[in-house]
Amino acid sequence: MTRKQRRATMIGGGIAILTAASLLVLFALRDTIVFFHTPSDVIEKKVATGQRFRLGGLVAEGSVKRGAGTAVEFAVTDTLKSIPVSYTGVLPDLFREGQGVVAEGRLEVSGRFVADSVLAKHDETYMPPEVAKALKEKGVKLGAGATHPGQKKP
Amino acid sequence: MIVELGHVALILALATAIVQTALPLWGARTADAGLMAVARPAAFCQLGLVTIAFLALTHAYVVSDFSVENVAANSHSAKPLVYRISGVWGNHEGSMLLWVLMLAAFGAAVAAFGQNLPETLKATVLAVQASIAVAFTAFILATSNPFERLDPAPFEGRGLNPILQDPALAFHPPFLYAGYVGLSIAFSFAVAALIEGRTDAAWARWVRPWTLAAWVCLTIGIAMGSWWAYYELGWGGWWFWDPVENASFMPWLAATGLLHSALVMEKREALKVWTILLAILTFSLSLLGTFLVRSGVLSSVHAFAVDPARGVFILAIMVALVGGALTLFAVRVGALRQGGLFAPISREGGLVLNNVLLITSAATVLVGTLYPLALETLTGEKISVGPPYFNLTFGPIMAVLLVALPFGPNLAWKRGDAYAAAQRLWLAAAVALAALVGTMAIAWRGPWLAPVGIAIGAWVMAGALAEIASRIRLGSVSLGETRRRLAGLPRSAHGTTLAHLGVGLMVVGIVATTAYQSETVLVMKPGERTAIAGYALTFKGSGPRRGPNYQEDVGTFEVTRGGRPVTTLNPAKRLYDMPKQPTTEAGIHAGWRGDLYAVLGDAQQDGGYAVRLYFNPLVRFIWLGAIIMGLGGLMSLSDRRLRVGAPRRAAPRVSPAE
Repeated sequence: MTRKQRRATMIGGGIAILTAASLLVLFALRDTIVFFHTPSDVIEKKVATGQRFRLGGLVAEGSVKRGAGTAVEFAVTDTLKSIPVSYTGVLPDLFREGQGVVAEGRLEVSGRFVADSVLAKHDETYMPPEVAKALKEKGVKLGAGATHPGQKKP
Repeated sequence: MIVELGHVALILALATAIVQTALPLWGARTADAGLMAVARPAAFCQLGLVTIAFLALTHAYVVSDFSVENVAANSHSAKPLVYRISGVWGNHEGSMLLWVLMLAAFGAAVAAFGQNLPETLKATVLAVQASIAVAFTAFILATSNPFERLDPAPFEGRGLNPILQDPALAFHPPFLYAGYVGLSIAFSFAVAALIEGRTDAAWARWVRPWTLAAWVCLTIGIAMGSWWAYYELGWGGWWFWDPVENASFMPWLAATGLLHSALVMEKREALKVWTILLAILTFSLSLLGTFLVRSGVLSSVHAFAVDPARGVFILAIMVALVGGALTLFAVRVGALRQGGLFAPISREGGLVLNNVLLITSAATVLVGTLYPLALETLTGEKISVGPPYFNLTFGPIMAVLLVALPFGPNLAWKRGDAYAAAQRLWLAAAVALAALVGTMAIAWRGPWLAPVGIAIGAWVMAGALAEIASRIRLGSVSLGETRRRLAGLPRSAHGTTLAHLGVGLMVVGIVATTAYQSETVLVMKPGERTAIAGYALTFKGSGPRRGPNYQEDVGTFEVTRGGRPVTTLNPAKRLYDMPKQPTTEAGIHAGWRGDLYAVLGDAQQDGGYAVRLYFNPLVRFIWLGAIIMGLGGLMSLSDRRLRVGAPRRAAPRVSPAE
């Protein structure tokens, strides 16, 4: 092979790999991303039922009801609107009424959100940033418990 | 008083770094030996000053001096000593100080071990290294001063986040930072080479040990973080594609590429331009990692206080360093002489493929990490990119890399013979096939891709052994001759084999854990039994227990297998005193078959507990693989020919710019 051919082979190979990778990325970004909505978003934007998304807000005071086994029901609120959620499984350590929460799952036709995972990975006085931000955009005044004192893992 | 001493030392360190940047650089331009000689003592002086600053802060933590704001916010007098010390880097300000300490230590190491570097190169490298120190020391002093006093001093501190009070996490940041910051040496050498307008095989020989050392630290640091997440978070997983995990993983991928391309440059003087660019990109990814974690732009367990000033400052540092280096690259790249030629099928060709695939995979991780940020900035839509994205993009690229991996070391330099390499690998292929069939037989109901993944892991391991076997001509010469050949192999050859063995082992662990994990969630009352993966568990009830700075509710599970007692698991729910925060302590029975992993959930109204049980097959292989990879790196590092500061046999083969 001449120098030119060698170079062409390598550049061709590189471009082929990059193209394949780009296609994978585009395909994956179309199919695997999960949107984040607050309860008001869900009601205003009329999020389609059956579509997977993350619901974020506060666990409404007095809404947590435990059912049979590990089934639990609660409501997620952004203080303007609230959506009932059902979940079966172990709740995170920091799950508490009045605290921030992010649930991932699907909306049923009845308007109930069926979650398959519930996240509350933040400390006592902390709220997931996307929740805090979304609430702020809605003009919701946050109490002292909703500030960001900062997480401490380096 | 000691705290003020630390503050002053840090200010002096900044001044020293400024001197260390300016004078040697000027000296190298004007060939002034006196000015260039400033670099070495300045590097030592800088290390001494930053060490004083760091020790001063550590002292404040050890004696619980709550008049220091940083200590008050992140420590507590009732904390065990080791966590009071690790608390120093368990917060933003302290961890940045650790970052700068590592940076100074690496700079001083170059000054100490780089005695045989050409004077101008050494002066330039140390100057560039110091310029990074200027930026970050200024960052600390301007936006994140850990020596800030509090008046009046509170009576007690706010305490360290309990999930960070853990032995693995105490040492995870120092290793990770040594890795991140160690890559700055490769960056400084690359920028120095561009300033000088020349690079050669000797340059690669100087750069490789530093990159290797940084890579080993990064490997161990990431593995520790993953191990910590596995047993401390109680989610049964070991990697979550969390943005901050990605932030450390991207530099690792690039550094792995850099190690391999520096090899080509050292042995064959090829890929010069690419290696220089890669050195710059690798450290850029370290800086990006620092930016992502420190600026709080990402929502993550790791994100610190959102302070826009800090984010903007680090972004400015990044733009200046990376932009500057890339501009220099664009201007000077023409001056670099092109290196040796090679056929596409050759050792060099294999290493190019390695680089292309590693960098492409790093790019897919980068896209997945930054896409949510970009989308939110542009459209306001909030999304999350999770494991499905990474499995779909990163997975296939890695699969191609791993299948190609064993061919690389079996190809000759310059022009390889693919057929001969394949012949040497037939036994490895047979092992892989056996692994495929064996896995299908044991777990025929699992996902269909999993046996292929296990086979790929076996293929990588067997391929690594096949390469050594062919080098010592195992089987074709007498046993004594084989042993003599084995002893005669350079340590770097053993290092390569070990590292590749580690990769294979890790792949097996990852695939087995991901594909064959069993999980069950149920409510158990005392006396009830359940079964998972061949184990029978009896819940014996729970009781309170008092720890040094926490109160816990400990569950007891008796585990039997085939009627025989195996172990007792004690998962717990802890409530720390300060800050009042609950954590989950998983009960883990670790074994070679896999880990039995129990998590105690919340108490139910009827007296039962929610219980989550996992069986993670072969999960140990993941960290064992990482440790073996690290050992391979250390083995290679101990090779005489690579040793930092080892005398060179011949006069420096420095090729002038054309």
